[in-house]
Amino acid sequence: MAGGAALTVYWRDGAEHFLTVLDSDLLLFAAMLPKVLAGCCIGAFITLLLPREMVARWVGHESGLSGLLIAVAFGVILPGGPFTIYPIAGAFLLVGADAGTVVAFIVSWTLIGYTRALVWELPFFGADFVFWRIAAALPLPVLAGVLARLAVQAGFPVQAKHIQVKQKPGGARRGEP
Amino acid sequence: MLAIDVMLWLFVAVLATLAALRGRMLLNDGLRTGAVEFLHLLPRIGIGVVGSGYIAEVLPKALIAPWLGPESGLTGVLLATLGGALTPGGPVVGFAIGAAALKGGAGAPQVIAYSTAWALYAIHRLVLYEVPMMPPRVVWLRAMVCLPLPFIAAASAMLIGKP
Repeated sequence: MAGGAALTVYWRDGAEHFLTVLDSDLLLFAAMLPKVLAGCCIGAFITLLLPREMVARWVGHESGLSGLLIAVAFGVILPGGPFTIYPIAGAFLLVGADAGTVVAFIVSWTLIGYTRALVWELPFFGADFVFWRIAAALPLPVLAGVLARLAVQAGFPVQAKHIQVKQKPGGARRGEP
Repeated sequence: MLAIDVMLWLFVAVLATLAALRGRMLLNDGLRTGAVEFLHLLPRIGIGVVGSGYIAEVLPKALIAPWLGPESGLTGVLLATLGGALTPGGPVVGFAIGAAALKGGAGAPQVIAYSTAWALYAIHRLVLYEVPMMPPRVVWLRAMVCLPLPFIAAASAMLIGKP
């Protein structure tokens, strides 16, 4: 897709414009590098200092609004891409967090997580726009979590048979009979 | 922009100190893991940034202002949300397109709806990562309750007003 777009620009606008775009993108890339390196280091240290089991236990035992808020906070600080976040979310379910908490966590990571915002979004949009967008997105993870709990309460079938609950479930699993 | 870099690196320093207090090994581990991940990401980011620059360049600019401009209102937000959900994943594609649309005359709430929808739904991330790694019903529940979020984000962006 990227190659196709590059060829289109070259063919439509000529070599000079092709190089102008390349030039500005390389500058943007260079501006990103220190942020990406810092993001990777923060990610590595947080993973080491805050083991997944500990986080999961914490989130799994809390319920109600505080459970949602803790999940949102972890969504903001936990580093990594989709290949690390979804397994953590899966671990939350295993230790007894309810679906609403997990939804709040994932939405928080996608919308207000620091890696996404500071490392990737900022170079494109600039600080004002990013902080504005985050301000608008701030209440959304909790809202999504509450909506998810309401849906489960209303009978959305969320407890598939293959989810093994290892520990005593917290108080928020209202979808269960 | 520089302030953010400084802030990020201060945070790195704090975490590194915390790790060092728990032992030299932990500090080395953290630095090594961070550096390795950075090297892994490097080519992908390079392709992502340069590639999305060209993708943004081929956007039909003449269509952006009338359909997604500040005057486009709810229709624009709806279109932007659909576009965001259908944009494939990757760390930067959605941001690059959103930034290009903003320069091309799209309204800010519409761009916020676009990047929010892209972050929540990016089709290949949902199919490639989320569904295999999570119980499918939780994924569908998440997708369902996230439907109103791009609209709410756009609406609250309008309410807060541009800084």
